[in-house]
Amino acid sequence: MVEAILILTLLSLLFGLLLGFAAVRFRVESDPIVDKIDAILPQTQCGQCGYPGCRPYAEAIAAGEAEINRCPPGGENGVLALADLLGRDPVPLDPELGEPKPKLLAVIDEQTCIGCTLCLQACPVDAIVGAAKQMHTIIASECTGCELCLPPCPVECIAMVPVTTETATWQWPLPIVTEPK
Amino acid sequence: MSRKLWPFHGGIHVDNDYKALSNTTPVQPAPLPAELILPLQQHIGAPAKPIVAVGDQVLKGQMIAAADGFVSAPIHAPTSGVISAIEPRPIPHSSGLMGNAIVIRSDGADRWIERPTSSDYRSLDPAQLREQIRDAGIVGLGGAGFPSFIKLNPGARTAVDTLILNGAECEPWISCDDRLMREQPQAIIGGARIMRYALQARETLIAVEDNKPEAIAALRQALHDVDAAGELELVVIPTRYPTGGEKQLIQVLTGREVPSGGLPLDAGIVCHNVATAASVERAINHGEPLISRYLTITGPAVTKPGNWEVLIGTPMAELLRLAGGAEEGQLLQGGPMMGVVMPSRAVPVVKTSNCLLLLPPAPTTPPHPCIRCGRCAEVCPVKLLPQQLYWHARAKDFDKVQDYHLFDCIECGCCAYVCPSQLPLVHYYRFAKSAIWAQEREKRAADLARQRHDQQQQRRAREQAEKAARAAKKRAALAADSDDAAATAKKAAIAAALARAKAKRAAATPENTDNLTAAQQAAIDAVDARRRTAQPVTPPQDPT
Repeated sequence: MVEAILILTLLSLLFGLLLGFAAVRFRVESDPIVDKIDAILPQTQCGQCGYPGCRPYAEAIAAGEAEINRCPPGGENGVLALADLLGRDPVPLDPELGEPKPKLLAVIDEQTCIGCTLCLQACPVDAIVGAAKQMHTIIASECTGCELCLPPCPVECIAMVPVTTETATWQWPLPIVTEPK
Repeated sequence: MSRKLWPFHGGIHVDNDYKALSNTTPVQPAPLPAELILPLQQHIGAPAKPIVAVGDQVLKGQMIAAADGFVSAPIHAPTSGVISAIEPRPIPHSSGLMGNAIVIRSDGADRWIERPTSSDYRSLDPAQLREQIRDAGIVGLGGAGFPSFIKLNPGARTAVDTLILNGAECEPWISCDDRLMREQPQAIIGGARIMRYALQARETLIAVEDNKPEAIAALRQALHDVDAAGELELVVIPTRYPTGGEKQLIQVLTGREVPSGGLPLDAGIVCHNVATAASVERAINHGEPLISRYLTITGPAVTKPGNWEVLIGTPMAELLRLAGGAEEGQLLQGGPMMGVVMPSRAVPVVKTSNCLLLLPPAPTTPPHPCIRCGRCAEVCPVKLLPQQLYWHARAKDFDKVQDYHLFDCIECGCCAYVCPSQLPLVHYYRFAKSAIWAQEREKRAADLARQRHDQQQQRRAREQAEKAARAAKKRAALAADSDDAAATAKKAAIAAALARAKAKRAAATPENTDNLTAAQQAAIDAVDARRRTAQPVTPPQDPT
């Protein structure tokens, strides 16, 4: 009887120490679910969801403050992936926040640009190169198509153009077969 | 032929391979077309970069586009003429998209550029050989079009065990390699020896399927004539589709399996097509870049099937006329198993075109549902489960298709060939592969954007902190100044200087004001009056 009590006490002490050590040693700094949500979001950093970037939105979703249908660039597939991750029911995209669009690319009309640097400050991914009173240009490979550079431009020299499909990025269509019943 | 051969899983034996339609007549040179279209992307890797301008006169064999990066290949003018355009043109790609191309209007003279005099390849360093092969624009002519010079580099290995020359040509209907082996066995053997030297390969095998007895005889005779030392070995392999697949051929010849996702080089093996070997021989021994190739034009809708030596860039429509092709019908580049449908007949022949197959317009019979018979799994040479791949690809479950090793699929088409429901299985796999690649591109773009956004936020936070620190430091300095004795003395000195300057200004009187005339005095008074009443004037607006 005494032995059993002793063994159990020792065991509980041992495991308590083990757990306590693990809690300190393998401490997770941020909520891992936020990272997982953030990995699904398209990282356009466009703010259409009402949060200042993808990560704040991911944090809001993780905290249960935001619905999962507030990301138009992510599209239906994004909502489905979030629903799958979080075990929630898929909901249609919030129509107030805009329609999902094909991927766009910002292009500066370099003849019109006055070099005001306002778009540089608006770009969330530093995809615009330029300096005061120098012509600006967009690094096409870094542009996420978020359109945040459009409102600050005083001369409206930025246009959003759809990304063209090339042979390297072309996708085979799903075969359309009508199977006989 | 004492060499031991190994079987590979699956595959199919085609009873009538229709090769006899095109392989009985000698190869004829195709007439010089009026216009040649040379797409900049004819190989795996980065597209070539044009080094000529519209209006330039070019000679046959002149480099017109240079390799752009390591995995790339230059392009040469197939005939002499004038560059008439550098613009997007239809290209032989299933997408039907346009691709940038250099267009040459031929002048009919077919004048060669000065070719370098041939030197013995054994006097060259393997690295120099590779450079010459790269400059000749040689890519794998078997279908994939990978720049050959890269595959002639043993890399970290000092030598490769086995160099295999692929003369299997296992796909039905195609016979261009067969004709090449019959007509130019010396060139193939010469190229094989150059490749062997570049790789320092221990043994070199030329593999030919046993349904090409004439090609085997020709190669054997040529080996007997030129290869007294027995450096090369001719291996006759059983006819079975897809033996010509690189990994299948390696398995047949060596019994070794190339690991999933690995390269043959990992197993000490390098595989080249026989046509590539012949073009290497031309480049090294004759200084001729890759500007033409043997091409089979055949199919049920062709009246005069055969093989032609065609210039790269010849429009397919002209070649089909040559072979008596019907006006209607579906044009495939490649064979019936792996060929891809051409979007139009205006597309040109490229380095990787081995066969034009013209099929009559077929009535579209809708496929039946999968009955899960499992015959596709029996014939799959990679031992995949095509049926499972089909279900998951159709459901767009891209994680699952990768679990079933979609990317080991070589798209040989055996599964679709035997499918009793006639499902377009390979099309589903191509769909899934390109969708997964697109997802990966998106993922990479998202990761890049996240990283850049994070870095921007960190930078802004750092800048703000630095600014705050600077302001705090300045404030602290000012506060420290006020109770410093030296600073007080300095302040007193500044105040004294200010007072002196003020006194000096007050003491100054206008000079040269004596003996003024009445008119001068009146003018001065008027100016003073104006000055007193004048409003400050706003500076003029910038016209911009």
